[in-house]
Amino acid sequence: MIFLELAKAIWVSMKVSGVATLLASIMAVPLALLLAGTEFRGKRIVLLINQTLMAAPTVVIGLLLYFILSGSGPLGGLGLLYTQTAMIIGQTILILPLLIGFSYSALKHVDQKARMTALTLGASPSQAGWIVIKEAKFPLLFALLAGFARAVSEVGISMMLGGNIRGETRNITTFIALESSKGEFMNGVLLGIVLLCVTLGINLAVNLGLKTKES
Amino acid sequence: MINNKKFGRWLLALAFSVLGISVIGNSEYRIPNSELMLATTTSVDATGLLDVIADEFLKDTGVRLKWVAVGTGQALKLARDGNADVVIVHAKKLEEQFLADGYGVNRRVIARNYFMLVGPESDPAGVAKAKDLRDAMQRIKNSGSAFVSRGDNSGTHIRELELWELAGGKPEKNYLEIGQGMAQTLRVAMEKQGYTLTDSASFYGLEGIKGLKPVFAKAPELENIYAVIAVNPFKSKSAKYAEAMLFIAWLTSPRGQKVIGDFKGKGATRLFEPMADKPGIDLSK
Repeated sequence: MIFLELAKAIWVSMKVSGVATLLASIMAVPLALLLAGTEFRGKRIVLLINQTLMAAPTVVIGLLLYFILSGSGPLGGLGLLYTQTAMIIGQTILILPLLIGFSYSALKHVDQKARMTALTLGASPSQAGWIVIKEAKFPLLFALLAGFARAVSEVGISMMLGGNIRGETRNITTFIALESSKGEFMNGVLLGIVLLCVTLGINLAVNLGLKTKES
Repeated sequence: MINNKKFGRWLLALAFSVLGISVIGNSEYRIPNSELMLATTTSVDATGLLDVIADEFLKDTGVRLKWVAVGTGQALKLARDGNADVVIVHAKKLEEQFLADGYGVNRRVIARNYFMLVGPESDPAGVAKAKDLRDAMQRIKNSGSAFVSRGDNSGTHIRELELWELAGGKPEKNYLEIGQGMAQTLRVAMEKQGYTLTDSASFYGLEGIKGLKPVFAKAPELENIYAVIAVNPFKSKSAKYAEAMLFIAWLTSPRGQKVIGDFKGKGATRLFEPMADKPGIDLSK
């Protein structure tokens, strides 16, 4: 019974944070590519704001989305509060600045010659962009993993927007919070170790995947 | 939205017709494949009572109970915001406001236990020797011993503030507001060798509370009443009123009351005393 609940919580954590990372990266990487490839007035300010947003507290993001998704809020009719979808939205917003920031610095450090060479050899701008992304695949992957790690380890958004509902929105971190509120501190620590083990597995798989591609 | 409304009306009609049938034929009363959102206080969740209630309620009625466990203050706020169909709470004053503002309907008392003052085994403030509750609070205040407060607008926190009123206000020093749940509050009291106010279910039903003992308990003023309230569907359009009323009916029926009364959690004693069968209880408590 407890194992079933645990398995479900692991699944919720992986699904929610995985989808959030995917969504955030789909938005972040093209944006970062655009930022890295162009110069414009106020770019510094954009980057500064983005860096600042990396420090947005999870509970504040949770609260803002609570107001929006709440039954009495503007999007209340959608009935999204206390669902996995609400958690995904929250975590996507949480890690978006982090992914933009890391992707930007990854793409910025690719030698601009690569892009220029591609363009002079007749590549379209989007083809050239793709070449730059490929050049930066290691640091980009690092950005993705860091984003996932931030999403999967947060508790404020999951608690506020998911509600820690048994079998539905209870992920590993809200499970830990519940066990600690019950005074079952040892269970909380064990769950923390489970979370780290699962994340270790994902990181190992990614690293192995890269190794085999390299050789 | 229109469909939702229709569905709600349909459910209401269904509820009343089923009610009629059950009065006549005493048949089963079910709303299959439906869900009910409960906002509730932490003590009923952390002790595991809701897990048992949800399982039995699903078996009997086909309604799946989902819940968010927060303090009483936040639970009522969630319900006001239209994010819950029913609440289980334990702070009369807040409940009355909730009912008066039209957000809640059909409050029923379901169970009680007692608040108690707990403190270190050595009882440095001599609270156990207090002649009444006021004296007990004053002893803690005057001794300078640490007092750990929930500080989170929960039912327990609100009761604690009322008790300090008795003693002429909160202590000026060594008063620690930690803003966390009951288990964490008891932990901090253990570590700090201080006093705190707890409900008896949390004290006896939680794991690993050592080095603290009840120093003042069982006073009539320390009664802790839990009530269930349906959210008014005319105030919150998404509220599932039929399911909420079914839940209230089930909780206050002999069947639901037995589930509550038999519940022991991890402790050796019963944690909640069923109250719904006491005549006139809903008006007096």
